[in-house]
Amino acid sequence: MYPSLIKYILQLADNSLIHGHRLSEWCGHGPILEVDIALSNIALDQIGAARSFYQYAAALEGNQKTEDSYPYHRDVRSFYNVLLLELPKGNFGDTIVRSFFFDAFQFELYSALLKSTDTQIAAIAEKSLKEVTYHLRFSSEWLVRLGDGTAESQHKIQKSVYAYWDYCGEMFDMSDAEKDMLSAGVSVNTVALKSNWEQTVANTLEEATLSYPLAKENAWFHKGGKNGIHTEHLGFLLAEMQYLQKSYPGAEW
Amino acid sequence: MKKVRCPIYVQNYYFCIISELQIIIAMNKHEWPLWEIFIRSRAGLDHKHVGSLHAADAQMAIEMARDVYTRRQEGISIWAVESAHIHASNPEDAGSFYEPMNDKVYRHPTFYDLPDEITHM
Repeated sequence: MYPSLIKYILQLADNSLIHGHRLSEWCGHGPILEVDIALSNIALDQIGAARSFYQYAAALEGNQKTEDSYPYHRDVRSFYNVLLLELPKGNFGDTIVRSFFFDAFQFELYSALLKSTDTQIAAIAEKSLKEVTYHLRFSSEWLVRLGDGTAESQHKIQKSVYAYWDYCGEMFDMSDAEKDMLSAGVSVNTVALKSNWEQTVANTLEEATLSYPLAKENAWFHKGGKNGIHTEHLGFLLAEMQYLQKSYPGAEW
Repeated sequence: MKKVRCPIYVQNYYFCIISELQIIIAMNKHEWPLWEIFIRSRAGLDHKHVGSLHAADAQMAIEMARDVYTRRQEGISIWAVESAHIHASNPEDAGSFYEPMNDKVYRHPTFYDLPDEITHM
């Protein structure tokens, strides 16, 4: 088991890595060339942020760990990303909705992490916040275009909104690592981020002429990812991502 | 109209995967309009034409230009102009337009003796 600080850093890193990986699956498959490049750019931003967090975790853990140790040499149960991000990429609207929900969260999270007492985490958050501001703009823009678009695009993206809604609660459900790091001021009280997030989501969905479930107190949501309990999809993702290092340990090029 | 795009270099994970995409865009009535993109590389310099892309409106054109044409720090300002709004000279007029200038070297200010102390001319 990792100490709470490392587990918290890995949680931040894994969210970025898995989200970035799913976005990278659009490379060469985007609906148009420019969107293909945009999604690949965003994937690289996320994977870049994940690298920074992994490098920090490796420095803290020592033990000959490197940034590559975490993505390539951990099994499913030791990944701490939220379930929302590991779900298959789905259609373009699915990816937009999922990205939008997460971008809006990450924007609030990194804004709050600027004040983290851990200067390294605060520095990574500061660098990433500029990127995430653009990610949120991109996903919001497309959400509105598709929602307020044709009958077909609205129908499809409305389905996506309902499909992912029940996965959002987990982002605000604090893991033990997050709670442990809260008193030292390293982590963020994610529960407190929820009202801003809900406001952003409500405004954008309304602009997109889409409906969404009313926020209820204690509404049920999918969870487990933050504690290493994942959907079946993450295993397949890791099998592909880790294939080379597992078949040819230490391979470099 | 066929359009062949340039290769895109995409770095994936920790490694570089070079993927060459050739997207053939067929013109039809559903096609988004074409936009010409101009980038200013630094404050004080002028916007230079860098290429074109298809987008539904001006906002989308600028955001796409940001992703396509400024990903390697090429610029700090973007202009997008719908291609349909550009009026161009006709190549067939080249003879009457430009050739008469060929034998008028006196229009170049190259016949003056410049004092040494004058620089940047």
